[in-house]
Amino acid sequence: MTTTHTPRPSTLLVPEARPAAEPAPASVPLARALGAGLRDAMAADPKVVLLGEDVGRLGGVFRVTDGLQEEFGEARVIDSPLSESGIVGAAIGLAMRGYRPVCEIQFDGFVYPAFDQIVTQLSRLHQRSAGHLRMAVTIRIPYGGGIHAVEHHSESPEAYFAHTPGLRLLTPSTSADAYLLLRQAIACDDPVIFFEPKRRYWERGPLTAPEDPPPPMERARVARPGTDVTLIAYGPTVRTCLDAASAAAADGRSVEVVDLRSLAPLDWPTLADSVRRTGRAVVVHEAVVTAGLGAEIAARLTEECFYHLEAPVGRVGGYHAPYPAARLEQEYLPDLDRVLDAVDRAFRY
Amino acid sequence: MALSPEVLAEMYRRMLRIRLFEESAQALKTEGVIPGSIHLSIGQEAEIVGACMAVERRDYMLGNHRSHGHPIGKGAALAPLMAELLGRRTGVNQGKGGSMHLADFSVGSLGESSIVGSGIPVAAGAALAAQLRGEDRVCLCFFGDGASNEGMFHEGLNLAAIWHLPVIYLCENNGYGATTSAREVVAVTDIADRAAGYGIPGEIVDGQDVVAVHEVVTRAVERARRGEGPTLVEAKTYRYDNHAFGLHIENYRTTEEREQWLRRDPIPLLRDRLVADGVLSDDAAKTVEDEARAEVAAAVDFARTSPFPEPAEAFDHLFTVPLPARTAG
Ligand SMILES: Cc1ncc(C[n+]2csc(CCOP(=O)(O)OP(=O)(O)O)c2C)c(N)n1
Ligand SMILES: [Mg+2]
Repeated sequence: MTTTHTPRPSTLLVPEARPAAEPAPASVPLARALGAGLRDAMAADPKVVLLGEDVGRLGGVFRVTDGLQEEFGEARVIDSPLSESGIVGAAIGLAMRGYRPVCEIQFDGFVYPAFDQIVTQLSRLHQRSAGHLRMAVTIRIPYGGGIHAVEHHSESPEAYFAHTPGLRLLTPSTSADAYLLLRQAIACDDPVIFFEPKRRYWERGPLTAPEDPPPPMERARVARPGTDVTLIAYGPTVRTCLDAASAAAADGRSVEVVDLRSLAPLDWPTLADSVRRTGRAVVVHEAVVTAGLGAEIAARLTEECFYHLEAPVGRVGGYHAPYPAARLEQEYLPDLDRVLDAVDRAFRY
Repeated sequence: MALSPEVLAEMYRRMLRIRLFEESAQALKTEGVIPGSIHLSIGQEAEIVGACMAVERRDYMLGNHRSHGHPIGKGAALAPLMAELLGRRTGVNQGKGGSMHLADFSVGSLGESSIVGSGIPVAAGAALAAQLRGEDRVCLCFFGDGASNEGMFHEGLNLAAIWHLPVIYLCENNGYGATTSAREVVAVTDIADRAAGYGIPGEIVDGQDVVAVHEVVTRAVERARRGEGPTLVEAKTYRYDNHAFGLHIENYRTTEEREQWLRRDPIPLLRDRLVADGVLSDDAAKTVEDEARAEVAAAVDFARTSPFPEPAEAFDHLFTVPLPARTAG
């Protein structure tokens, strides 16, 4: 079996993954940064095509793809039918012939109709073809709660995919990472599920990261250095943890915040290094705690850093109930108080 | 067979209830008392009521995200539906479903889901249960033109066809799935043509004409009750508002198209016809309108004054036997 793929250099680092065009504005909303990432990726590589429901004329329900169909035409920004399984299936076929499709799943809960294609085909075709096929597919999913929506519009399904070998999972928490990670995801020859923290879409930040060259996509980021305890967060909970760290500082506690950025693979060296320094860790995510990423992280840190730990690794996350109707979501989402309580618990040992 | 004046008046009453319920929902959403997004059925009342009144209360029904109207069409009380929209404990799902997840079992509704197309195979299952138990029940399944592109449509219709299940698949073709035109993403002009792929009848009907819909669906129901299997009915209709409340995007439809459909607003269409045919006097029509308005106002009052569920109720009904609570830390 052969493909039309041109071999690429390492995809872990995309030096050209810097905003092209005009000088970057001082700060942009995260959603705009994603749009800029898509735009520049499309301009840089004619094989990049977008597929999804209402991504073209509307520009996506969150307007992330706004203006792209006008700029690149209907053949590259494709308004698909309601057909999630079809969208991902078609993306797999496109990737087999050398394209780099970027699919948009309108909301987190709508990925379930496509679950079969992702788990049974997308994740394993590279291996099943003994390396001949490259699944350079990016699946963008706005995820998480906090926007007053109902279930299926507020979910955090990342653990289902983290459990599946062959998939990479990314999630930015800042505008700079939204741009950079999306460019890296699209340039990557492996399938990437790209989780976008929808309640942070409107938060602003600089479009470019300070590091030069930019860090590889599987590297976690120390978002705030500290010495007493490590809060491990990703996507929407990074902001929550940074706020918690500021609040804890007022009580004389030095809290380190690590932003995972990549959920698969996980950056164990960065995590272990942090936890060996602080001796305490709490994982914070919106997803249900039971069998969530926090469980994996806690188990692995316990295995690797056992003699450095002053307390069991704590977990803060969603309750074991379906994401509740909007009225209750503030109770459900991990907030400052729940994070600070967990930090307190870590000091009780 | 001509419909009796009582049935025609009841059709008018239920269509008005839906229109007024939706207008109130819109106002309450604007006011900020309804959480989540809502999808209104304004413009589609005739196909809803025409279909719902062709089945009995005992018959099953499945809806979708645009489903406030479906239980109302089947005769549901308005207050518990409105309370559910407001997330109150007195709602049909005790405030846990909200708009898009209403399930009013009192009228045979088996529920709705915001996952587009997900009800289609479920309808086959409910009909299979009726068949296996030898019960005289059919299942009326509503879905949109957009849903007919999901894989579940194929699987559900095929199952219903091979097992000759008593299902009426009612495709509410309002021309668009969100902002995407059916003309661009449905491979056939008429979704009813897809019935041929399953060897079942496909019928097209004017969705603005409640009597026409009733007639076509009645035929499909009779067929289903005789054990001859499912029918796919495509009602051509239009939604007058945005896809979802607050999605103020109209660049995908022309004003002319909307105006053309507004000229065939199913409610004045029926009223004029009933008055012209002498079924309802002007005064009698006015009385129906006043009554419907009062019912909706009472439902809004009930909803507003009902309590919210306690946060801990989010764990209720997760399992049939409560498990020890496992908190999230
Ligand atoms: C599986 C799934 N994909 C996408 C959506 C988002 N969405 C909700 S309604 C809708 C359009 C549905 O169109 P149609 O079936 O024609 O019903 P209509 O809204 O026109 O009544 C879309 C795209 C969803 N809720 N579920
Ligand atoms: Mg539609």
